[in-house]
Amino acid sequence: MAPSAPRAVPLSSAAATDASDPTRSVSRFDAAAARARCLRYRRRILDISQQVTALHIAPAFSCTEMVDVAYNHFMRWPEQRESPDIFLMSKGHGAMIQYVALEDRGILTREDLDLYCKPGGRLGAHPDDAVPGIVAATGSLGHGMGIAVGMAYAEKLQGRDGRVFLVLSDGELQEGSSWEAAMMGANLGLDNLIALVDHNDFTGLERLSEGHPAFAPLQAKFAAFGWEADQAAGHAAREIVGSVAAREGGKPYALVCHTVKGRGVPFMEHAPIWHYRSPSPEEYRWAVDGLTEIDS
Amino acid sequence: MRNRFAQTFYELGQQDPRLCLVVADISPASSIEDFRREFPDRFINVGVAEQVMIGMTAGMVRRGLRPFAYTIAPFTLFRPFEFIRDDICYPNLPVTMVGMGAGLCYPTLGATHHAQEDIGVASAVPNLMVLAPCDPEELDAATRWCAQQEQGPVYLRIGKTGEPTLTADALTPFEFGKLRYLCRGEDTLILGYGPILREAFALKERMEAAGESVSIISAHTVKPFDGAGAVEAIRAHKRVVIIEETAPGGSLGPKVKALAYDAGLRTPITAFSLLDAFSHTYGSVQDLLGEHGLTAAAMAVTLGLPDAPQAMI
Repeated sequence: MAPSAPRAVPLSSAAATDASDPTRSVSRFDAAAARARCLRYRRRILDISQQVTALHIAPAFSCTEMVDVAYNHFMRWPEQRESPDIFLMSKGHGAMIQYVALEDRGILTREDLDLYCKPGGRLGAHPDDAVPGIVAATGSLGHGMGIAVGMAYAEKLQGRDGRVFLVLSDGELQEGSSWEAAMMGANLGLDNLIALVDHNDFTGLERLSEGHPAFAPLQAKFAAFGWEADQAAGHAAREIVGSVAAREGGKPYALVCHTVKGRGVPFMEHAPIWHYRSPSPEEYRWAVDGLTEIDS
Repeated sequence: MRNRFAQTFYELGQQDPRLCLVVADISPASSIEDFRREFPDRFINVGVAEQVMIGMTAGMVRRGLRPFAYTIAPFTLFRPFEFIRDDICYPNLPVTMVGMGAGLCYPTLGATHHAQEDIGVASAVPNLMVLAPCDPEELDAATRWCAQQEQGPVYLRIGKTGEPTLTADALTPFEFGKLRYLCRGEDTLILGYGPILREAFALKERMEAAGESVSIISAHTVKPFDGAGAVEAIRAHKRVVIIEETAPGGSLGPKVKALAYDAGLRTPITAFSLLDAFSHTYGSVQDLLGEHGLTAAAMAVTLGLPDAPQAMI
């Protein structure tokens, strides 16, 4: 039988209005507040690292600005009720920054984070189902894109204007499942799907640009798959906001964010050892003392 | 059975606007064309992409839809297995995943198209319910149950085409989680699931010719299996034969034997399944089943039944 024809589902009219669409607004983005928040988030993650033997610190630091912008600028929070928008952390090992952002929004509690990875707590190293604010149990890479496509489609099918914000790691774009889902996202015209790629150029074993020369360029690959794709400096929140705001629409959108693994703590940057490790008390003090606000 | 599934799904889809069908480049049957024509946005063909077929159902169900996934059985279960496990079963989402043409239903397409191991594999995943109706009527009831349930994920294992009706004289209607007597006797119990039960009826004729009174039970709910019902049924008979078109690993036979053993029963139980081997033969379904010893004739020999009478008077 013939495959079903690509079918663009029309944009809901609500999304086109700037006042109700924070993804189109640059003027209302408070860059100073965002920088201060990200500093606080990194500090919070370092504090938690002292409660556990190991933590995915560097993976959380490379997507701190992306996650902050998604939760605190892009997503709509009507009267502090549940957002009509959806955040999905496909890069499951980046969970810490998601937890901290959810705590900041009052969706998770301080006790939740205090009990991270402890008996009686509900937060583990990867996002878990049935935790407030978590929409899928990720951790195995390459699952988020398919789930996000299903969610974005369900929103349109039921006449809602919810957007899906998806944070992906660059490594998980080695999984074919990510690309078959991306193809479907384009086939279905899901312009309510906005993917932020944490392109820190590191996988578990090696630097992507060194070991996998055919991996990049990502932006061109997304464009070839029928997405609208752009790239930005991943720690310059203003660039992330501006790029998303400038998108044409009509297609799913991918922003390849050039990031640094471990960004925020100089001795953790680009160092594979900080993928999953907690600093010693001395290292913790160095890290905290060295934290500064970041805008690039 | 795929025609019946299409017909039933179309009827259900007219009643419940949340029902969607996500297929991987395969169409159930002509009836689904009606569904597709009337509700084009609720029929999604992802193409040859089973991982996103499952991933999409996970996202869709979380946002208020009730999607069914559908393709040929090995592609339903094996290709996207981790996605079924992590995205659907771990969070216990009410998604029905239909595996069509399971077992050796595609006898000319080679082993890549045979789902021999699916019952064992599916049964091993927590939360995943496994339904294997034996004929189009039972499939209709099973599909209706799946469409309205909110308990969790289901692997719905069906045949392909041409399955005879076996449940016309069933003693009870389909009831999820319960064994179902298709006919009732006193001596021998044949317990099985799926369209292979047509061999059970052929075997029953042979047994009756040898003077036995035979019961046949459809164990359509393979998981959660009605263990209490099985023990009770074994107690009520002198010997038990189990028939299933599946690999030995994770099959019903060993499970039933264990239940009987734990209940202190020593009723003779003979379990027939596919061999622990791939098929390299091309031919008819009966040809391939014969190689696995799963035709009525082959099973009759194993059971020591007298030769079939030359003519039934």
